[in-house]
Amino acid sequence: MTALLKQHLIDPEICIRCGTCEETCPIDAVTHNDDNYVVDAAICNYCMDCISPCPTGSIDNWRVVRDAYSLEEQFGWEELPEQEDMEDAGAAASIEALDDEIASLLDEAHSGTGGKAVAAASASKPSVNLFSRSKPAVATVQGNFRLTEEAVEHDVRHIILDMGDTVFPVLEGQTIGIIPPGNDAAGKPHQMRLYSISSSRDGERPNTNNLAITVKRELQGVCSNYLCDLERGAKVNIAGPFGATFLMPQNPDANIIMICTGTGSAPFRAFTERRRRAMPSAPGQMDIYFGARRPEELPYFGPLKKVPESLLRQRLVFSRLPDAPKEYVQDRMLNHADELAELLRDGNTHVYICGLRGMETGVDESFAAVCRKAGLDWAALKPGMRDEGRYHVETY
Amino acid sequence: MHDAMNVDYDTIIPNNVGLSDDRRVLKALEQWHPGYIDWWMDMGPEGFQEALVYLRTAVSVDPKGWAKFDYVKMPEYRWGVLLAPQEEGRVVPFGEHKGEPAWQEVPGEHRAMLRRLLVIQGDTEPASVEQQRHLGTTAPSLYDLRNLFQVNVEEGRHLWAMVYLLQKYFGRDGREEAAELLQRRSGSDDKPRMLGAFNEATPDWLSFFMFTFFTDRDGKMQLESLAQSGFDPLSRTCRFMLTEEAHHMFVGETGVGRALQRTCDAMNEAGIEDPNDVEAIRALGVIDLPTIQKKLNMHYTLSLDLFGSEVSTNAANSFNAGLKGRFGETKIDDDHQLTNDTYPVLKCINGGFDYVDEPALSALNMRLRDDYSNDCGKGVGRWNKIIAKTGVDFELKLPHQAFHRAIGEFAQIEASPDGKFLDAAEWEAQRDQWLPSSEDGDYIASLMKPESETGKYANWIAEPKIGIDGKPGDFEYVRIHE
Repeated sequence: MTALLKQHLIDPEICIRCGTCEETCPIDAVTHNDDNYVVDAAICNYCMDCISPCPTGSIDNWRVVRDAYSLEEQFGWEELPEQEDMEDAGAAASIEALDDEIASLLDEAHSGTGGKAVAAASASKPSVNLFSRSKPAVATVQGNFRLTEEAVEHDVRHIILDMGDTVFPVLEGQTIGIIPPGNDAAGKPHQMRLYSISSSRDGERPNTNNLAITVKRELQGVCSNYLCDLERGAKVNIAGPFGATFLMPQNPDANIIMICTGTGSAPFRAFTERRRRAMPSAPGQMDIYFGARRPEELPYFGPLKKVPESLLRQRLVFSRLPDAPKEYVQDRMLNHADELAELLRDGNTHVYICGLRGMETGVDESFAAVCRKAGLDWAALKPGMRDEGRYHVETY
Repeated sequence: MHDAMNVDYDTIIPNNVGLSDDRRVLKALEQWHPGYIDWWMDMGPEGFQEALVYLRTAVSVDPKGWAKFDYVKMPEYRWGVLLAPQEEGRVVPFGEHKGEPAWQEVPGEHRAMLRRLLVIQGDTEPASVEQQRHLGTTAPSLYDLRNLFQVNVEEGRHLWAMVYLLQKYFGRDGREEAAELLQRRSGSDDKPRMLGAFNEATPDWLSFFMFTFFTDRDGKMQLESLAQSGFDPLSRTCRFMLTEEAHHMFVGETGVGRALQRTCDAMNEAGIEDPNDVEAIRALGVIDLPTIQKKLNMHYTLSLDLFGSEVSTNAANSFNAGLKGRFGETKIDDDHQLTNDTYPVLKCINGGFDYVDEPALSALNMRLRDDYSNDCGKGVGRWNKIIAKTGVDFELKLPHQAFHRAIGEFAQIEASPDGKFLDAAEWEAQRDQWLPSSEDGDYIASLMKPESETGKYANWIAEPKIGIDGKPGDFEYVRIHE
């Protein structure tokens, strides 16, 4: 089978031939004739410099192809060709990343969605793949704080990465790739690891060019140990941003149900910050079902307590409290069955699930139970929500 | 040490030119700033200063950072001074100084000429904001309203760009010119703006779209020529302005295109085949194609006048001096000095039109105008494709260069759009067939009803094919009420 190529194309029906892309392209991959501006697939390296200056949006088009469309073909187009059916790839889906290593990691993480992941209709348009393993962005560690108490065994950290002069635009729900230095035993570079961004698009504090990630130290984990041990001032190579579907809806009317465990809370910290800063009086409801063993192990437990219920209804759920029975997020969902059912009936409601893969089944069963009680059919509702960009799963 | 790529927000004026280390210019700009805000409040978009508008703002002149979108109130837009990055080893690309290192300071002998170029360019920027200030109340959608305001704030920023150069490089004279730029008013009897087209009214949205297509395209050509300048700060300023100007072209081209689309669709729905059946088409509440052609005739010809006289010593001098080049100067294959070259200029000769070879240096305005007409022609071709796709039998055309002109070779004569000489009586008798009559204006005005529901568009215009910043159709581009 020939390898598939994601080809960058310009929509001739939308393009106004202003030439900004050709002017911007640092490696002259864009050219034109009297009719069209086109991208040379043999030259384009997906640096994305041309995307944001384009006034029309015509530049941001992609087709998955076996053989690239030639310049001559593109010069002759009056409209873009349809995406051909590729039976061997969910290839035409939103492009979450351009390198196969990352794309397959994200496909895997989103597999629990149960179908083609679709971004929320009101999500902002993401930039992806601005930086890669071969062309990383260099960030500086601005802070590395332990989120769990010293006494507990889990070491979860909040790491702030300062992007310095580098423009690294991110959206809430996107991830970045961390490129740990060095090689594995076989002499190959260590694998990249993906981390959700836990700060909102305008930085850890408004208008700071930095971002935060939430990292749990894993036994034997090359990347997590590397990150957790970083000192302030250290340099880190990062790739990304990645992800084009697990994105926060920007419609203030959107209700957002967030279900997470552990570091799965990272994107939801970003969602909450975004809404607090950009639309503090949004009518949409935000609920979080957040599970951990004990309060001391729940990342961001302290800061969360300061977030008002009017912004975020918090259902913090613990499975190892000394004097209480084990409780998991799916159990707590059942306590709020009527409220959840009412939200599910609302076409503005979006569900996001993030955390360990093990939680998927239990949460799904709870949604089914909630629906049964309310006379709704979860089996029919879920795919509909997914296709409308209102049901999202990112698990690992 | 400032960073030339990212924008410094430490001073009140966002900039990438190290203003915080340049106290003199910073002070001058800070003193100018309140007057600018007063001007914006008096002459900027009427009735929407409190609205939250989904605007893009540059946070860096790096390609990845110059289009950040968010809601902002227009008076709080971060107008700043942004120059494209300096190119190492850049040389003067044309004229008698060709090959010398590009100037980082104003060459003494060209001071007056350069100042004039800056003032003329600068004067057009606030003028267009003034011309468009009433349009907000009749916007055909929130999407269009947002586009209007984006154009407006960026014209404001272009004024800042010119004012920075005046204040940085021209001392007291520059400060006085900067103050004057805030005092002239489009269409004023006492203190009009400097160029004719910028004193005309923009009475309706079709005019606005035509203006952004034709008149802002003149701006693009002028900026392209100034971007070639041997005076490096001017070149860098204009290069960055051009990326913003492209958005204005977009608003014009797609705005007219959407009006054409809607008219043709409405004709097809109603089964009207004759595009000249104006009465029947107007009964559908859309703008008939012949009237769109008239608006095109009007705005194209007003814009042709902006290029000045076909044969001009001023243009020759500023080229020779290395201050203002040609469109695409560095891509032209010649000596870039034009000492012995000629260029064909269309003239009135013996009751007809003919080309006469003139020294290429003196004919630079003509050449730029030809490049402009060529660029316009391609856009009109794309409009015709929209019409053709609907099956309606009609083609828009650019009128002859001699039609309806007030400046240059054809100012003294009258000609028809297809280039026939006319006497005064013939012109008077047919004028309303070619240019919008007051009745046409009244009809268009009758359609200008605001539509402020998200995702809705006035009946006379089709919705856009894609949203701004990839937003869906029902996105609230402007929050009029807090």
